[in-house]
Amino acid sequence: MTVNESAQKIVEEFGMFDDWMDKYNYLIDMGKSLPLIDEKFKNEKYLISGCQSRVWLSAEMEDGEVVFKADSDAVITKGIVNLLIRVFSHQPPEDIIDADISFIDKIGLKEHLSPTRSNGLMSMIKQMKLYAVVFKTKMKEPSA
Amino acid sequence: MYQQVAFDVSKIRKDFPALHQEVNGKSLVYLDNAATSQKPQAVIDSILKYYTTINSNVHRGVHSLSRQATEAFEEARKHFQRFINAEHAREVIITKGATDSINLVAHSFGSAYLKEGSEVIISALEHHANIVPWQVICEQKGARLRVIPLTENSEIDLEVFASMLNEKTAIVAIGHISNALGVINPVKEIIRLSHNNNVPVMIDGAQGIVHENVDVQDLDCDFYCFSSHKFYGPMGVGILYGKEKFLEKMPPYQTGGEMIESVTFDKTTYNELPFKFETGTPNVADVIGFDAAISYIENIGMEEIMAYENELLAHGISTLKNIDGVRILADGAPKAGVISFLIDDIHPFDAGTIIDKLGIAVRTGHHCAQPVMDLLKIPGSVRASLAFYNTTEEIDRLHEAIKIVKQMFG
Ligand SMILES: Cc1ncc(COP(=O)(O)O)c(C=O)c1O
Repeated sequence: MTVNESAQKIVEEFGMFDDWMDKYNYLIDMGKSLPLIDEKFKNEKYLISGCQSRVWLSAEMEDGEVVFKADSDAVITKGIVNLLIRVFSHQPPEDIIDADISFIDKIGLKEHLSPTRSNGLMSMIKQMKLYAVVFKTKMKEPSA
Repeated sequence: MYQQVAFDVSKIRKDFPALHQEVNGKSLVYLDNAATSQKPQAVIDSILKYYTTINSNVHRGVHSLSRQATEAFEEARKHFQRFINAEHAREVIITKGATDSINLVAHSFGSAYLKEGSEVIISALEHHANIVPWQVICEQKGARLRVIPLTENSEIDLEVFASMLNEKTAIVAIGHISNALGVINPVKEIIRLSHNNNVPVMIDGAQGIVHENVDVQDLDCDFYCFSSHKFYGPMGVGILYGKEKFLEKMPPYQTGGEMIESVTFDKTTYNELPFKFETGTPNVADVIGFDAAISYIENIGMEEIMAYENELLAHGISTLKNIDGVRILADGAPKAGVISFLIDDIHPFDAGTIIDKLGIAVRTGHHCAQPVMDLLKIPGSVRASLAFYNTTEEIDRLHEAIKIVKQMFG
């Protein structure tokens, strides 16, 4: 699936809930099912600042695709991270860099983008895009 | 015994327009008063009236409006003086808020009294506003910042404090009531011990003024500061009370207009107190608004407010404690206005997100007091902070919300 297809699928999934509580229960479930990050990544180096809860994010390159793994000490945050991973992980760097993030607005999680609430979501996306930029630059470098 | 119903909370709530609105489809329960309080209509009206009538600059014009604005501004100062029982109006300096007041004292007192090797004492309970300014000035002066540890119950350890005072101690800066935990500090005892060692004391009263009767002469504190906005007044105004004997010796903090007596390019002589510390055009409208807030509070009566708030706090603590898995921080310590708690091992951010969805405003996180959260080894807490317009029904709404949180994350 492309970035846009995964995003569209998530928008559809969330479209089924008309109640905020169902939506958050779904996020909580997704938070619980997030594949956990390897303990060795749970340190300052992988910590994303600007979150009310702590979020660790790691990225690796596999067959031309960026693979993200993440964890958080808060479940809702984990659920949101899981959403982002479903959209951005296993994608080529250019697609991550160019990705449209309007799906977050569409599923009604915009409040998590507001600067006071937890600019964490924005920081997470920024960090994911940054990883993608780094990998893209590395790919371009002629191998020695 | 016959008791007169002095405190009619439903009547009081009518005075606060912002309380009557829906948030996320539910009627708002505002329990974030330690961050900022709502404002009574009387305060809003007074600001509107100021801008629609006597608006003009103070202390400089000879024209009528300027005279009236100056009079209103200086009357407000006298009102603040009476409210905290300061000896002189010139000991009451108008600032932008508690943070601004603490920065003023840290820098101005610091530059006059701190030397290399001096010591400044704060406690582990402080708000960042009463930590960072001292860190900065200590760094500049080569002074040492020392921190009073807490007892198991998150109270200031007075015994250790007494042993920390010595001839190098330049000042003690302590919060009156902790914003993160609600613990009331033994400020009178701290002041007494400090004065026995000839050490002046600054009290950060950002929360204290809201929940206690403050008489600065009775306390005998050397400085006391607070913000208008946490005390039913507008944002952008604060008070710094300082004993004249210190203020006289302290250099100006910021410089410019208003605070000078005469300026030539060779030399400037400074204005007298309090103007020496009030440079530039002050926030006249909001100072007048704060004046109205104090009148409003006096009308209800601080004693009545405190009695009601204490009752509500006790009810809140016992209600929340009834829920399995709720842990109240600093439980058992003397407290005012704040219930800081954790629910099972649910992250405060998770709990706060759901509580907000249920129309209840609480604060989650470290509450700008990261050191005490680190000390307690928690990522933060959920904080419900009370005002005298809150009700037992609102506590019940919080109780329900916590039960829903437990279901969702259980
Ligand atoms: C104990 C304490 N000190 C200082 C402050 C800072 O007040 P302000 O932000 O109004 O300057 C606060 C505000 O949260 C506080 O609770």
